Amino acid sequence: MKKNKWFALASVTSAVLAFTTACGGGAEQGDENGGENGGEKLSGNVVVDGSSTVYPILEAAAETYAGEQPDVQVSVGLSGTGGGFEKFTKGETDLSNASRPIKDEEKKAAEQNGIEFEEFKVAFDGLSVLVNKDNDWVDYLTVDELKKIFTSGAVNGDDKVKWSDIRPEWPNEEIKLFSPGHDSGTFDYFDEVILDGQPLNKTAQLSEDDNVLVQGISGDKNALGYFGYAYYVENKDKLKVVPIDNGNGPIEPTNDTVRSGEYAPLSRPLFVYANTKSLKEKPHVYDFMKYLLENGAEFSEEVGYVALPQEEYEEQLKKLEGLK
Amino acid sequence: MEKLIDKQRVVRYMSSRLLRNNVLKLLFFLATLFGLIVLVVLLYRIFTQAIGWLNIDFLNNFPSRRPENAGIKAGLVGSLWLMIIVAPVSLIIGVGTAIYLEEYAKKNRFTDFIQTNISNLAGVPSIVFGLLGLTIFVRELNLGRSILAAGLTMSLLVLPVIVVAAQEAIRAVPNQLREASYGMGATKWQTIYRIVLPAAIPGILTGSILALSRAIGETAPLVVLGIPTFLAYLPRGILDTFTVMPMQIYNWTSRPQADFQHVAAAGIVVLLVVLIFMNSIAIFIRNKFQKRY
Repeated sequence: MKKNKWFALASVTSAVLAFTTACGGGAEQGDENGGENGGEKLSGNVVVDGSSTVYPILEAAAETYAGEQPDVQVSVGLSGTGGGFEKFTKGETDLSNASRPIKDEEKKAAEQNGIEFEEFKVAFDGLSVLVNKDNDWVDYLTVDELKKIFTSGAVNGDDKVKWSDIRPEWPNEEIKLFSPGHDSGTFDYFDEVILDGQPLNKTAQLSEDDNVLVQGISGDKNALGYFGYAYYVENKDKLKVVPIDNGNGPIEPTNDTVRSGEYAPLSRPLFVYANTKSLKEKPHVYDFMKYLLENGAEFSEEVGYVALPQEEYEEQLKKLEGLK
Repeated sequence: MEKLIDKQRVVRYMSSRLLRNNVLKLLFFLATLFGLIVLVVLLYRIFTQAIGWLNIDFLNNFPSRRPENAGIKAGLVGSLWLMIIVAPVSLIIGVGTAIYLEEYAKKNRFTDFIQTNISNLAGVPSIVFGLLGLTIFVRELNLGRSILAAGLTMSLLVLPVIVVAAQEAIRAVPNQLREASYGMGATKWQTIYRIVLPAAIPGILTGSILALSRAIGETAPLVVLGIPTFLAYLPRGILDTFTVMPMQIYNWTSRPQADFQHVAAAGIVVLLVVLIFMNSIAIFIRNKFQKRY
């Protein structure tokens, strides 16, 4: 009786162990299949962490790179831009994804720890301003109107803004605002270019998950919100995009207007920061970064962002070569 | 007798008492039903979304930018590796603590202090344990983003729950059993090992099931530790880096492409199956022990 029990326990434990090792064996086989590739064979780890916005681009790069260099193990995390820099400036990661440029205090931290780094742009994102499909009155918004709607206290004390407060011919109904949460790089950017550091309208519904914002805006006729370009492209049939007028007439976000910078001020670059020491001392990190820049246009378009102009990728490849 | 029971009063109050009883019964039934309905709706949604996406390829593929190629292999294997660390570490330390506090420690201010702290720790948000793990295991002990570092962090997270559950279970063992054992000339350790622990195991396991289920479903502390989400290789030992299922699911649900929602649902189904599998092992062991008494 007693022996049975321990036997049962032992067999269950060994079954779990056997399963995990069996899976491990499978992976090695997969590696060998993908290994037929010319050029020098590299091996080692590339540790990438940072923004969840930039994550899909790096995921695409790491996924296809595994076919080119099966022995280079690329891991990509999504601690967020700030969380990523916290580790990057301590020298714990090779590359750090960021949806905003590095802040001064983060630069200082890197300096204190003796970390040198280089900034690379990999793609553009165009923050898209959206309204409900049934909203037939909004034809465009100027940057000032956008600022007036989203800034706390700009119209009145209780932050309840009506469409008619913005333009008299619009309906006398309250605008329901939707915005990414304060922890997101998307909010940081909107805060910088639209709000100028002033507090966000208190009635705005916040969510860290852009899919929740899509749901919210598509469910309310008086909704107005903004989020990343990829979410707009995927939900074009559910929402109506608002062209933004920055003094040169209303511009709608498209691949072309975002790439050319015409869609201002809401197009923003997405960055990858590289530890210079890693680039110099680890040939596999250098090679992965080179691969990322060479194929950056394809990857960023595929996951829903806007590619940089080709010459910018080439410029950055030159910059990378200079660091070798 | 006639004077002691006032028939009139009994008749007058009986119907309202019966009514109250029925109302409360209905209320409790509705409370149970509420949870069940939500669960059914949730499961229905997940299974209808996952259907067609849950196949061998899904179990055998690494994460991908394309929803149709995305798989949970790295997460599934990583979660099992994590359990290999968390289960023994948290059970041995947790049950050990409970035995000490219940069987050996004297009741004084110091043990009261420990007791209060353990109960409070059970309510500390998981992200705080993530920060603790990042400072101690990842940085101070230099374990990096390894299975070991994450496993120890998760063990700390679930320890309070296991300690409290094990204490309750040990306390529920009747004192007569201990006294009989001493009476037969057994030492304290013999009594604990042969009498108290076997009798307490069902209770300990019930608490551990809940605790380990929490550990396998947590994302926040692992994100803080810097555990990656994309990996195209599997760990070969406890010092390798890894990823877990909840992180994959979290990433998929936040992606813009609608198809990733199906991938996420398929991931949730796999996570549920692993949970049920783990729980049934615990229930199996529990039933084995329960037969003795």
